[in-house]
Amino acid sequence: MSITNTSATIIQPLPAASSNWLRDLVGIAIILAAAIVGYFLFPNNLALLTRMIAIMLFVLSLDLVTGYCGVATLGHAALFGAGAYAAGIAAAHFGVTEPITMIAIGAVGGAVAGLVSGVVILRGHGLAQLVLSIAIIHLFHEAANKASNYTGGSDGLAGITPDPILGLFEFDLWGRTAYVFGIVLLIVIFVLLRILVRSPFGLLCRGIRQDPVRVSAMGASVKRTLIKMYVISGVVAGIGGAFNAVSTQVVGLDSLSFTNSAEALVMLVLGGVGTLFGALIGTIVFIGVEDFVSAANPFHWLTIVGALLIAVVLFAPKGLYGTAAALVERYRKGGK
Amino acid sequence: MTALFQVDRLKKSFGGLDVTRDVSLSLQKGDRVALIGPNGAGKTTFVNLVTGHLRPNSGKVLMDGEDISTFNPMLRVRAGLVRSFQVTRLFADMTPEQHVALAILQREGKSGRVAGTFQAMPDVMRETYAILETLNLVGLARTPVSEIAYGQQRLLEIALAMALRPKVLLLDEPAAGVPHSDTFLIENALAQLPDDLAVLMIEHDMDLVFRFARRVIVLAAGEIIFDGSPREVTEDARVREAYLGSYGHASSAA
Ligand SMILES: Nc1ncnc2c1ncn2[C@@H]1O[C@H](COP(=O)(O)OP(=O)(O)O)[C@@H](O)[C@H]1O
Ligand SMILES: [Mg+2]
Repeated sequence: MSITNTSATIIQPLPAASSNWLRDLVGIAIILAAAIVGYFLFPNNLALLTRMIAIMLFVLSLDLVTGYCGVATLGHAALFGAGAYAAGIAAAHFGVTEPITMIAIGAVGGAVAGLVSGVVILRGHGLAQLVLSIAIIHLFHEAANKASNYTGGSDGLAGITPDPILGLFEFDLWGRTAYVFGIVLLIVIFVLLRILVRSPFGLLCRGIRQDPVRVSAMGASVKRTLIKMYVISGVVAGIGGAFNAVSTQVVGLDSLSFTNSAEALVMLVLGGVGTLFGALIGTIVFIGVEDFVSAANPFHWLTIVGALLIAVVLFAPKGLYGTAAALVERYRKGGK
Repeated sequence: MTALFQVDRLKKSFGGLDVTRDVSLSLQKGDRVALIGPNGAGKTTFVNLVTGHLRPNSGKVLMDGEDISTFNPMLRVRAGLVRSFQVTRLFADMTPEQHVALAILQREGKSGRVAGTFQAMPDVMRETYAILETLNLVGLARTPVSEIAYGQQRLLEIALAMALRPKVLLLDEPAAGVPHSDTFLIENALAQLPDDLAVLMIEHDMDLVFRFARRVIVLAAGEIIFDGSPREVTEDARVREAYLGSYGHASSAA
């Protein structure tokens, strides 16, 4: 209990920066390796892998507000769907078919939806917050349904035909271009988010998740910080949605659904909240299992997901990645 | 001359219970005041009221003559009014280094930066380690708070208050939970506070109070019953009575 009175040597600031970059590089290498393995294992199913990438961006964005800031939401698809519709409408109605521009428009759409959702959802706490988030996604869904002139309503928005990327790479029938484009987007965003979560702003968000009262007693604005994170989260989700629109060339109302929001939360919990890798792994496992089980037995797929989720929550409460990382950490400490 | 910090006729009741009754006091630059009183006297409530964590029924709080009664806790901190918590409020997953750095970044208006790290900011690192050094926490700088003994968490609570460089500092029982052998660290930290800072410390350890305070305020049942020098407080009849009434023995009171 007593504080050891060690001679007070000032620890030289460790070269933390270089070890951070090393870990980022390892992360990039793992994503690239997984992407290459996926490409050769499932050459006829690149569409599935491409969808995974879009959802990964979506779940990463959810992780920013839920995992890093502690905001409970079941309405996060509003941000994803807004990005998808923004890009889709720009292409189908306004002839903006340059893919990178479409992604940028999706990012703006997501950011606006993030701002709106954030302002509404953050007015509540706990249960009220959850209810507000559900209200938000229903309102977005209904708005898109009513604006069928632009969105195609329940028929979905078709007629999205993106140009070749940089005028060079055409979107091919097999989905190779879309897949590579997706991997590049994912890696860029992954690196940017790594920088974000270890920045002063990222630290402040972690503080808010653990004790907002302490944060306000430091003179920081909890509300403004969370809304800023919501906007950033909207950019990421919007890019995911826009990429989905670009790669599938359609946008459906289901992208703005409660189910879509809830599934993203399930994926995040499955992989592990509050870590970027958790978001990626949860998505891969969920969509992978969904695809595998629903092909074998379409009626029991939800049963399997339910069982998997219960198992993870009970036996690996930090999620698949979170628990694995904790085990490795303990093994390392024990080994020394 | 306007006081640096002034509380004017503050009142608060929970249900039917009057916890703060017409409390008025003021602090000047450089004041070292101890606020004492039996348990349940309303000392923590007083801190919660003036820092905006609780809303009073009536009364005003002024900093440098400016009425800050309508400010939220964040704005009051920015006006220079900083508190510590009687029961530590820290971020369990984060290290002392991160805590102190975050407080410094916040004070400097850099906590919104979305790129870079505090480890790469030499000024922030230097100040962080200087503060940790004062409280003998350097050896634990990179251990998550959840793995640190409570006594050391108490010290970190003070480190955070120091890092914010307040004009008025309200310390709610800083030594409670700190092993007796380590209270000297708290006194060291208090001694290093800038001379023009006004400090009001709630404390039960009378030795500490007498070493620290040049003025003592006694709160009992929500009312200020004494405001004067440390020498007089032990002789005051009402103070003796207040402690006698609640504890049944006067000796431990002062
Ligand atoms: N939030 C609250 N709701 C109801 N009663 C409270 C609340 N906070 C404090 N009290 C009551 O107010 C009185 C003063 O408490 P407190 O300010 O914590 O005393 P002290 O810090 O002097 O020991 C106590 O009787 C306590 O039970
Ligand atoms: Mg108290």
